Amino acid sequence: MAEHLAQNRAAKRIVLAKVGLDGHDRGVKVVARALRDAGFHVIYAGLWQTPEAVVRAVADEDADWVGLSILSGAHMTLVPRVLRLLKETGLANVGVLVGGIIPEDEVPKLLELGVARVFGPGTSMPEIVEFLKQNSGARHD
Amino acid sequence: MAAVIDTAAQDRWEKEVAAAPVRPEPPSTVSGVPIEPLYTRNSLDGFNPDTELGFPGQYPFTRGVHATMYRSRLWTMRQFAGFGTARQTNERFRFLLAKGQTGLSTAFDLPTLMGLDSDDPRSLGEVGRLGVAVDTLDDMRTLFDGIDLNNVSVSMTINAPAAIIMAFFLANAQDQGVDWKQLRGTLQNDILKEFHAQNEFVFPPEPHVRLVCDVIEYCAREVPQWNPVSISGYHIREAGSTAVQELAFTLADGFHYIDTCLARGMDIDDFAPRLSFFFNSHNDIFEEIAKYRAARVLWAETLRNKYGARKESSWKLRFHAQTAGCSLQDKQPEVNLIRVAYQALAAALGGCQSLHTNSMDETLALPSEHAVTLALRTQQVLAHETGVTNTVDPLGGSYFIEALTRQMQQQAGGYFEKIEQLGGMLAALEKGFFRREIADAAFAYQRDVDAQKKLIVGVNAFTEAEQKPLETLVVDEQVEAEQVASLGKLKWQRDAAEVACVLAEVRRVAATRENLMPAFLQAARARCGVGEIMNALADVFGRYSGVARW
Repeated sequence: MAEHLAQNRAAKRIVLAKVGLDGHDRGVKVVARALRDAGFHVIYAGLWQTPEAVVRAVADEDADWVGLSILSGAHMTLVPRVLRLLKETGLANVGVLVGGIIPEDEVPKLLELGVARVFGPGTSMPEIVEFLKQNSGARHD
Repeated sequence: MAAVIDTAAQDRWEKEVAAAPVRPEPPSTVSGVPIEPLYTRNSLDGFNPDTELGFPGQYPFTRGVHATMYRSRLWTMRQFAGFGTARQTNERFRFLLAKGQTGLSTAFDLPTLMGLDSDDPRSLGEVGRLGVAVDTLDDMRTLFDGIDLNNVSVSMTINAPAAIIMAFFLANAQDQGVDWKQLRGTLQNDILKEFHAQNEFVFPPEPHVRLVCDVIEYCAREVPQWNPVSISGYHIREAGSTAVQELAFTLADGFHYIDTCLARGMDIDDFAPRLSFFFNSHNDIFEEIAKYRAARVLWAETLRNKYGARKESSWKLRFHAQTAGCSLQDKQPEVNLIRVAYQALAAALGGCQSLHTNSMDETLALPSEHAVTLALRTQQVLAHETGVTNTVDPLGGSYFIEALTRQMQQQAGGYFEKIEQLGGMLAALEKGFFRREIADAAFAYQRDVDAQKKLIVGVNAFTEAEQKPLETLVVDEQVEAEQVASLGKLKWQRDAAEVACVLAEVRRVAATRENLMPAFLQAARARCGVGEIMNALADVFGRYSGVARW
């Protein structure tokens, strides 16, 4: 349904959130501003979000994408929970992005689980914008 | 200063500059401050070296807080460490001391930093991951097992629950038979920069600042050699601020703690000598050096003139420096060694009292033993091989450095006025002023990098397709389960009636203006968890989610 609505809307909607306890929000806030400037409708859910709260925000905001920022190393605990909850809530077609510090050998594992893309340190803003423009937001099922 | 200027030489130079090509991007600092092609005596209008520089160890301390600086004693090499259980971190501490490190610095895990026990559902997946998990006094005991607290100074990087962790540390020291008067070390305990930048706060700003000042007040009386707060610009800078914002916001935070302590009736000279600072050391060498020198002058002037401090030690700004984590890259990570070495050079030339050099693998994981050893070796080469320690303030009197130092002072002064106009520190904080300023600077920087106006080796220039991966440290997945199990066991064994009683006392004192430290010490001895004590405080103080600004 989200995809159907997305086609009738001018701007794609993305929820960005800090998941878990880490407070490193420099990156996610820069991404938020860059995406807003590129014409996306950005909802920044803020700090210390639980997987449940993130999925609630995605549902409430009728988002096409959700971007999870994690620099604490807890991604292998938290990201799979978000993916599972999205699926259980009937939001499996929402695209999931992960940004932050993710060890190289864990990137394929996250992609395998259904994450659309992992953006590490040094990613340029145009790269993220371009990726979102090229992709619909429906990656996993 | 009325020397005759050779105008012919100057004219010729100006013609040559006008005719010469300039690189596409006009030279500016990391913070975006434009830099002139040359600094001369004309850059320092009315400069008086007797009053603006003076002598090291004397007001206004431009050249350093000690008369002889590193000729007498090198800076303390203090590497931040902590992961897993208290037992594992204790082993890393002993490893670092054996390698020649001269002080300890403790990294706590996120649940501890946020004031949560390891068995809290919000701690899931984070226990022992970014630092050591400390739930109770028993963990504190294990952490410093076999380490002589009479002789090793200890730094603890913790803020929201800092007063509680300090109570654990003091109770453990007492149990080990160490006289509190002998304890040396630093508690970060700087909540304001958490609201500005690092986001590890729990309560609303006012009660949180009260906790900071409870520690300052208690330590001034009971633990006189301890630094009860490390007023930190480091995290403000890491969040994306400019050098001047780091300088101005940090000092403004310090002034707010002073105002709060004075409002309690404390004497400035009873606590100001133990206020310490923590600054970032970023890539731009001269901007950083000027920042440290400007910080010393601004602090000395304000403490003496505004606050009327009479003791010289109250005027001295002593600081720890850490190289800039945010400057490190995950591409070609060995190049980080070079960045760190230059950043360490800036800290030494700026007169730091202690230094942490980051490990090259910090954008990938917690430091491996190999990486942390190289980071420490970087400081040892700097201290023993390069000659930077031979004389005090080697760059003092440089037209460039002195002009930048002055400029930093003026610009910081502008921020102090702005904060006043907004109604003071807490009002400006509630309005989101600091967060907005920092977010704007972070975004401007990223835009410059994306546009290749600023080049970063390995990221937007000189890139390599093939990467040789580094061996990184992996934290054992079992840590969380072990920590939760041992906490569960302890909670079962302790005296539940006593726990209820001491937590009730924490709530009672929190609702008064009394100092909370004695109640925290009681709670520590009753084996309360950090999270349980924080929850008791939250019953009185409430919780705070802050203002998002992007």
